Amino acid sequence: MDYAIIVEELTKRFGRFTAVDSISFEVKKGEIFGFLGANGAGKTTAMRMLCGLSIPTSGKGSVAGFDIMNQTEYIKRNIGYMSQRFSLYEDLTVWENLRFFAAIYGIKDKEIERRGVRVLQELNFYEERNTLVKDLPLGWKQKLAFSTAIFHRPGIVFLDEPTGGVDPLTRRQFWELIYQTADSGITIFVTTHYMDEAEYCNRVSIMVNGRIEALGSPANLKQQYHAESMDNVFQQLARV
Amino acid sequence: MKQFISFVNKEFRHIFRDKRTMLLLLGMPVVQMILFGFAITTEVRNINICTPQTWNYDPQIRIMEGFAANPYFNITGTIGNSQEIDEVFREGKADLVIVLDAQRTNPAIQLIADATDPNTAITEVAYATRIIHEAQQVAVTAIPQGQIIPNVRMLYNPQMKSAYNFVPGVMGLILMLICAMMTSISIVREKEMGTMELLLVSPVKPFSIILSKAVPYFVISTANMLIIILLAVYLLHVPLVGSMIWLSIISWIYILVCLSLGLLISTVAQTQVAAMLISGVMLMMPALLLSGMIYPVENMPAILEGVSCIIPARWYIAAVKKLMIQGLEITYVAKEVAILLLMASFLLTVSLKKFSLRLQ
Repeated sequence: MDYAIIVEELTKRFGRFTAVDSISFEVKKGEIFGFLGANGAGKTTAMRMLCGLSIPTSGKGSVAGFDIMNQTEYIKRNIGYMSQRFSLYEDLTVWENLRFFAAIYGIKDKEIERRGVRVLQELNFYEERNTLVKDLPLGWKQKLAFSTAIFHRPGIVFLDEPTGGVDPLTRRQFWELIYQTADSGITIFVTTHYMDEAEYCNRVSIMVNGRIEALGSPANLKQQYHAESMDNVFQQLARV
Repeated sequence: MKQFISFVNKEFRHIFRDKRTMLLLLGMPVVQMILFGFAITTEVRNINICTPQTWNYDPQIRIMEGFAANPYFNITGTIGNSQEIDEVFREGKADLVIVLDAQRTNPAIQLIADATDPNTAITEVAYATRIIHEAQQVAVTAIPQGQIIPNVRMLYNPQMKSAYNFVPGVMGLILMLICAMMTSISIVREKEMGTMELLLVSPVKPFSIILSKAVPYFVISTANMLIIILLAVYLLHVPLVGSMIWLSIISWIYILVCLSLGLLISTVAQTQVAAMLISGVMLMMPALLLSGMIYPVENMPAILEGVSCIIPARWYIAAVKKLMIQGLEITYVAKEVAILLLMASFLLTVSLKKFSLRLQ
C-alpha cells in the first residue's frame, strides 16, 4: 500500500508546553483523511509541521515521500494548501489570482493558460475571470481557493477548516468538489469543526490535548464508542 | 526568475488598484513641497512695525526710508508717546516698534520686539539692525580709522531661503514614509488576509517574498525623489549644485535603510493599523523632530542629540544638504554614507533573521 503521509511519534514543544505529543498515523494515497480536534488540541501545529512550515521537536515523518525534517522544500512543491480563512487576493481578478499562484509553483505560461481556462470552465467561472475576487460571493471564493490550491496538481492537498462560515448548500457542493479531486488521485487532508463533514471522510483521527485519541473509519469509530453519530463520538472523547 | 517577476507584477497591481494609496504615494511629495515651500516657512516676512511720528535728522531719515523701502517690513502705524507702545503690541498691530531719540547730538535708536516667539523676534531684530547699519554706512562716507565694519557673506544660501533647508528634510521624510510604512503595511496585510500562509507553504523563498515587496516601493521612492528634486529646482529655485549620481546613490542607501525598518516593523506588527501606528510614532515623529529638519540638532539637549544619532533621517538629510546645496564632493559625506551603510546592514540582518525566525 502506498502512503501519502507517514508520521511516527511526531512531537512539537514550545518551551515547556507540548502542543503535539508523539502522534503516529498514516494516510493512504487518494484517501480523504479527516483530522479532527477541538480548538487548541494541536491540529494546526501538526498540520504546519506536515506542510513544512514548522520543524518538529522530535519524531519522524514523510509527506509525499519527502522527509519533514530536512526536505521541506520538496514537500512544499508537492502539496496544496487552503487555509481556514478564505485567502486569495481580494484586489486581484479571478484570473490574476490563478495565474499568480500557478506562477509561483513554476508552471509555464502556456500551461497556465490551457489549464486555467479548463478549470474555470468546469466551475462555470469562465465568464467571471476578469471580476475582482472581492466581488464574488463567499461560496464561489471558496471553490476558487480550492481550485487554486490544486492547480499545480499536488499529491496531497491540506484543507484547514475549508468550509467555515459557508451555508449548508455550498458546503455540500464543496464536498462534491473534494470527492472529485480525491477520485483524480489527490490525497485530501482536511480539518473541520463540522461533525457531519467528518462522516464524509474515509478515515478520521480525533486529537485531544496534543494526542490522537481515536483513529479509524467513521463507521468503525461509531461502533467502537457505541455512538449514533460522529458528533457523539467526539463528545465522548473531548469530555475526558 | 519568472516566479519573481510575476510576484513583483502582483505587488504593482496591488498598488495601482488602490487609487487612494496611489494618490497618497505620488501626491504627498507634491503637497509637502508646496506646503513647506509656501506656507510653512521659517523665513520671517511681513513684519509689522510702528515708527515714531516724526524724524528730522539725517541718519534717522535714511533709516526710516530704509524700513519703508524694505519688502519684509510693513509700517502699520505710528507711535506718539510711550503708552502707545504697549497698546500697539497688545492690539497686535506691531511686531516691532522703533523708538528714536530726538536729540540731534545723540542719535540713539531703540528696537522693541514682541518676543513671544523668540526665534522670530531675534530674526526681526537682526533684519532691522541690518537696515540701520546700512543706512549708517551710507551716511558715514569716510570710515574713521580703527573702526571695524564686518563684511558678511551668506554662503550657499545668500537669500536665506528656508527651502534650502527643508528640501533635504522633505526628501528624508517622504522616503522614510513610503519605504518603511508602505512596505510594513503591505507585508502585514498579507498576514492579516491570510495570504501569507499560502505564500509560505508554496515553494517561494521567504527572501524572495520580501524582495518582491521591496521592488515596487523602491521604484516609487526613486520616482518620488525625482519629483521632489524637480519641484525643488524648478518651482522653489533651490539649486542642485552637487552630483546627481552621488545624490541618487546615497538616497538608495537611505531607501535600503527604510525598507529594512519597514520589514522589521512587519515582523512585530500583527495588523495594518498597528504597522501604521508603529511606523508613524516610532519613525515619522523622530524623523520630523530630531533629524535637524525643523530644529537644529546642535541646539538639542545632549540626550536628544544622542538619540538623534540613531535616526537615519538625520544622517541622510545632512548628507543631502552637503551634496545638493553646498555641492561638496562625496568625500565630505563619507561619515554619513558610512553610518547609513552600517545602519542598512545591521537592520537588514536583524529583520531578515526575525522574519525567517517567525516562520518556525
